Amino acid sequence: MWFSWSPVAWCCLVSAEKDISPSSNGPKAEPVLFLCICAHMSILIVINFFVFLGDGMNAYMVYKVLTKTSLSIFSRDEVCVKRRFSDFLGLHSKLASKYMHMGYIVPPAPEKSIVGMTKVKVGKEDLSSVEFVEKRRSALERYLLRTVKHPALLKDPDVLQFLESSELPRAVSTQALSGAGILRMVNKAADAVNKMTIKMNESDAWFEEKQQQFDNLDVQLRKLHASVESLVCHRRELSVNTASFAKSAAMLGNSEDHTALSRALSQLAEVEEKIDQLHQDQACADFYLISELLGDYVRLITAVKGVFDQRMKTWAKCQDAQVMLQRKREAEAKLQHANKPDKLQQAKDEIREWEGKVQQGERDFEQISKNIRREVGRFEKDRVKDFRVVIIKYLESLVHTQQQLIKYWEAFLPEAKAIA
Amino acid sequence: MMVGAFLSHSLHPSYLHLQRSDASSNHEHLSSVLTSLCVSPQQEGLDDGPDFLSEEDRGPRAVNVDLQTDATLQVDISDALSERDKVKFTVHTKSTLPNFKQNEFSVVRQHEEFIWLHDSFVESEEYAGYIIPPAPPRPDFDASREKLQKLGEGEGSMTKEEFTKMKQELEAEYLAIFKKTVAMHEVFLCRVAAHPVLRKDLNFHVFLEYNQDLSVRGKNKKEKLEDFFKNVVKSADGVLVAGVKDVDDFFEHEKTFLLEYHNRVKDSSAKSDRMIRSHKSAADDINRIASTLYTLGTQDSTDLCKFFLKVSELFEKTRKIEARVAADEDLKLADLLKYYLRESQAAKDLLYRRGRALVDYENANKALDKARAKNKDVLQAETTQQVCCQKFEKISESAKQELIDFKTRRVAAFRKNLVELAELELKHAKGNLQLLQSCLGVLKGDT
Repeated sequence: MWFSWSPVAWCCLVSAEKDISPSSNGPKAEPVLFLCICAHMSILIVINFFVFLGDGMNAYMVYKVLTKTSLSIFSRDEVCVKRRFSDFLGLHSKLASKYMHMGYIVPPAPEKSIVGMTKVKVGKEDLSSVEFVEKRRSALERYLLRTVKHPALLKDPDVLQFLESSELPRAVSTQALSGAGILRMVNKAADAVNKMTIKMNESDAWFEEKQQQFDNLDVQLRKLHASVESLVCHRRELSVNTASFAKSAAMLGNSEDHTALSRALSQLAEVEEKIDQLHQDQACADFYLISELLGDYVRLITAVKGVFDQRMKTWAKCQDAQVMLQRKREAEAKLQHANKPDKLQQAKDEIREWEGKVQQGERDFEQISKNIRREVGRFEKDRVKDFRVVIIKYLESLVHTQQQLIKYWEAFLPEAKAIA
Repeated sequence: MMVGAFLSHSLHPSYLHLQRSDASSNHEHLSSVLTSLCVSPQQEGLDDGPDFLSEEDRGPRAVNVDLQTDATLQVDISDALSERDKVKFTVHTKSTLPNFKQNEFSVVRQHEEFIWLHDSFVESEEYAGYIIPPAPPRPDFDASREKLQKLGEGEGSMTKEEFTKMKQELEAEYLAIFKKTVAMHEVFLCRVAAHPVLRKDLNFHVFLEYNQDLSVRGKNKKEKLEDFFKNVVKSADGVLVAGVKDVDDFFEHEKTFLLEYHNRVKDSSAKSDRMIRSHKSAADDINRIASTLYTLGTQDSTDLCKFFLKVSELFEKTRKIEARVAADEDLKLADLLKYYLRESQAAKDLLYRRGRALVDYENANKALDKARAKNKDVLQAETTQQVCCQKFEKISESAKQELIDFKTRRVAAFRKNLVELAELELKHAKGNLQLLQSCLGVLKGDT
């Protein structure tokens, strides 16, 4: 039994009817539905399984994005569009450039994975490819849901276009090795250097405190994520080893010549086989519930830190403007004595220009600070809800596992006692 | 048995002392291993086998007393000391047999001396017709010591709580290995003491009573090489002997059965070990998760802090249970399989010896016929043939009984261990379930 989930769905979680353990579906099998309802938002986004177009290394996955909504900003109640992975990245890139500098926390898109995608393209139908595809589909779904949960982003025309319009210009600039991609990398490097050199005079203790908190949270979440990934790995290993032991025990039972013991050993083998499936399911729960959530939050916190950095950049700009203004004033003062009337006029114009810029800068800084406070408040609220829901769901999965274990061992015990 | 583990402040357990004083859960651990493995063949009610470790039964047994065994000779390991590179066992004997000077006495023995005793049984012609109880494995603390050393080196990179926790874990692991090796050595002695013929062996009595060092040194390189060649010859010979079809249906069946069984037990034993190792790794991960959750709980500024702390506490407890599950599986399943791997090998060895004797007997017959035909050295050939015949028949007779007993023992041991395994798994699963459900109740109530 596998139950669907979404960290973003607070109120109702609808579980799919059939057994949709990811391992039992191949990439070309029937669609797996993960239904997520955001009751507050009256919007439902489902990403169905995909079609593989093209061939060889140029092949690409097409995802069907289905949006069902009662909100009036959408032109229709229900719309289904086809999107590629690069379209998602393109959307994120547009939103980031529009909103990040204002202090909005823009949900990060799922990461590219050249290795993972190549394996799928090459046509490998093994378990890791299946999982990769499912992992990506699930990540894209969560990405869209987080994006539309943001009240400002939901109204954004790019988002609406993404969800509604059947044709979307191909986002070429998202390719890693494109010109835009390289520019992005350069900018990132420049930002990192700048961050080190900007020493901000923090007048607001709230920001300093929050930044420290997010730094700590980042460290701990990464650690937790690593431990959970290790747990997933070991549980999968345990499942494999249990299956292997089950087979061995069955063989042992076959060669045992005492009939009752032989039967008991075969029963033991059966129990262990069931337990191995249990471990596998539990490992999936570990992964899809906890591990992915933690991964998402590690990336989200990077986005939050990015927003704080934007504030610092805004402050720096404001400071630079003030420095410039000061210089212009000094220049004007010099010109006062030099008796060059046209240059003087120019200087006075420049002063006014820079005064305007300083004012704008201060307004921007205030605005971004206000936005960040609001965004962080919203983020924290979401974080609390997400973790609560997911952890409770996870504990319920653990409960289920233990209940099944009890069932299996209780069935085995009389068999063991029957050995005479 | 109270385990007083004195692991020094340094990370090298240079001194580990295991002493019996009063019953506790550790005791039940060991005793169940041992009683399941050394049920005396003569006992009628197999579940009421002599409980050599039971503190309560130190006196005369009220139930199912078989005058041929227990009361006359009781052996156990009452104490054990782990030093840097060796383990010293205190072998304690209680006996009413006249050949001992006292009724109760103790000596200190090391692993090499146990091996010496085992080898003396194997090499003796007298005991060719019996299943020689398998020798206990060498105490191996290398892996555990290595881990403790790594922990010491990595001390700087983790918090104080983590370090103390890991240290406790590793100490517990070391203790578990130590208890197991004591149990294995004790089982060997108990099996010998329970065997109607082996218990009378002179070397055994010397082993039990002689309170000086037996001066048994381990085999040097030359002797080890000799052993190696002997084994090669033996396995080649074994193949030849096994190829000879036995007239006796019973032995023919046993041969085919044991060959296959031994291989399958080997496979199961290895696979069960791997399974249990994965289980332990998973439990370790949960431990780390619990620690990180705790840190998150203390640092978090939102309502989540209480949440995290509660879940961290839960995982701490479930982790302990998971570790117990792995340990119990190790004890009830893995050790059982390992032991029967060794015993089935001993049974195979018995069949080999019988097969060898049969071949010798048949050869002697042929030689006798030839001698009679040539009418030369007939008397000598006759005596040789007589000797071979007697040897073969003696082995066959006792071997049959031994193999039947082996089956009885095996079935009883598997039954006991499988039942206990299932019961323990149930107990732990129920414990886990209760913890999870109560935590869920609290967490859901909070929201």
